Amino acid sequence: MKTRLPRKRKVHLRIRVNGETHEVAFAPHKTLLEVLREDMGLTGTKHGCELGECGTCTVLIDGEPQLSCLVLGLECEGMDIITVEGLADGPQPHPLQQSFAELGAAQCGYCTPGILLASKALLDEDPNPPRDRIREALSGNLCRCTGYIKIYEAVELAARRLKDPKAEPSREILRGYEV
Amino acid sequence: MRPFDYVEPRSVDEAVALLSRGGERTRLLAGGTDLIPRLRRRQWRIDRLIGLRRIDGLRDLTLEDGVLAIGAGVTLEELAASTTVSDVCPLLAEAARLMASPQVRALATIGGNLCHASPAADLAPPLLCLNATLRAIGPSGGRDIPIGEFFTGPGRSALRDGELLVQVRVPAVEGRGVYLKFSPRRAMDLAVVGVACFRSHGVATVAVGAAAPTPLRVPASPDEAAARCSPIDDLRASAEYRREMVRVLTRRALEIVP
Ligand SMILES: Cc1cc2nc3c(=O)[nH]c(=O)nc-3n(C[C@H](O)[C@H](O)[C@H](O)COP(=O)(O)OP(=O)(O)OC[C@H]3O[C@@H](n4cnc5c(N)ncnc54)[C@H](O)[C@@H]3O)c2cc1C
Ligand code: FES
Ligand code: FES
Repeated sequence: MKTRLPRKRKVHLRIRVNGETHEVAFAPHKTLLEVLREDMGLTGTKHGCELGECGTCTVLIDGEPQLSCLVLGLECEGMDIITVEGLADGPQPHPLQQSFAELGAAQCGYCTPGILLASKALLDEDPNPPRDRIREALSGNLCRCTGYIKIYEAVELAARRLKDPKAEPSREILRGYEV
Repeated sequence: MRPFDYVEPRSVDEAVALLSRGGERTRLLAGGTDLIPRLRRRQWRIDRLIGLRRIDGLRDLTLEDGVLAIGAGVTLEELAASTTVSDVCPLLAEAARLMASPQVRALATIGGNLCHASPAADLAPPLLCLNATLRAIGPSGGRDIPIGEFFTGPGRSALRDGELLVQVRVPAVEGRGVYLKFSPRRAMDLAVVGVACFRSHGVATVAVGAAAPTPLRVPASPDEAAARCSPIDDLRASAEYRREMVRVLTRRALEIVP
């Protein structure tokens, strides 16, 4: 028995993205990544391997970091989604964005949106994570540029700034270690 | 991906009805971490996916009458974080923690790991050691499949058409276990070889992954375990290397749980 599919059929979905409820229409097989980028114009979420391997498409779904390339848009009915566009507070960058920029934790920047969101989820859960915990939280995010050290340092600085907005990076981080 | 339709049943019965009516181009979607990449690579043609996420009962995790009953939809993250699992079968929690990445573990389910039936499925060797039973429900009712009979080949399981895995039942047995996963990277990597060992009342049970067409119970002796495997050459390792690693890891595992 062969069922004919209405190939052009679109489905309607209500999702909350970055605090606003949206009504979107798209084809039922689209992933959340495709819906965000193609149907909602939110191109901050990057499209990498689309196989679950690189982590650049990470968004927060109900507060938890998940891969938007592996989730269908339709699975997200009624869920709360945060993308990198939702990190800043108006014109004020999130402390993570600020520290990534200051410390050179973003080079080509392709991995950055996913890493920012995975880091935000970590800091929401543990405001004072040790380095090992940061490594574990970011183990699903590939970065081919930075070598990760600057990323860990930036997450640590952001963690301090969330408690004390005036916290400054250490001399070693800015100037290098003396040998 | 090629276009397909998507439905979300609210109960197991509804899912079974949809599955048996759908024919071979209908598939179940749990976490999608095996399935979506396959569809993306166009390895399978599919007309319709049946999403299991909203079936509540599939996500239950309970300990009753000495059996840990794990719903097929329980995620790897839940397995790794559950104090019940860590208390009753730490071996399983340990294997779950060694898998993939936090983002993948949040989606991936125990049911998907077993039903995908990869020879390298990390939850399989521990569950083989622990003598788990897999509860399936299909158009003609439910049945229990001993895990030793579940895997029938790479990507193939004993599930019949229209059948759904609903629960993994693990007897809570006194003992100590270990899962040694050998892979070049510490995260986001499949096992080159995985060896689980569980010792209860002096008797050791060993099972291996990625060393034969299916996950497999092997004798609890390094040489015999290596002899019993039938690994393949692929880009991760040669057959010879895998066999040698089975020997090494079996010896180590037996030493860790004396
Ligand atoms: C980056 C990455 C890293 C990974 N690392 C590992 C690893 O370290 N170790 C490892 O073992 N695996 C790994 N995997 C594979 C995968 O994540 C796991 O096998 C996972 O447990 C699959 O579960 P799922 O819920 O995502 O399955 P899905 O992809 O949803 O389903 C897999 C298959 O099982 C079927 N199925 C699902 N649920 C049921 C059910 N209840 N009844 C009947 N059939 C069902 C589906 O129809 C499908 O054919 C990795 C995958 C990725 C993308
Ligand atoms: S694009 Fe989703 S993990 Fe690479
Ligand atoms: S900054 Fe280029 S990949 Fe991370």
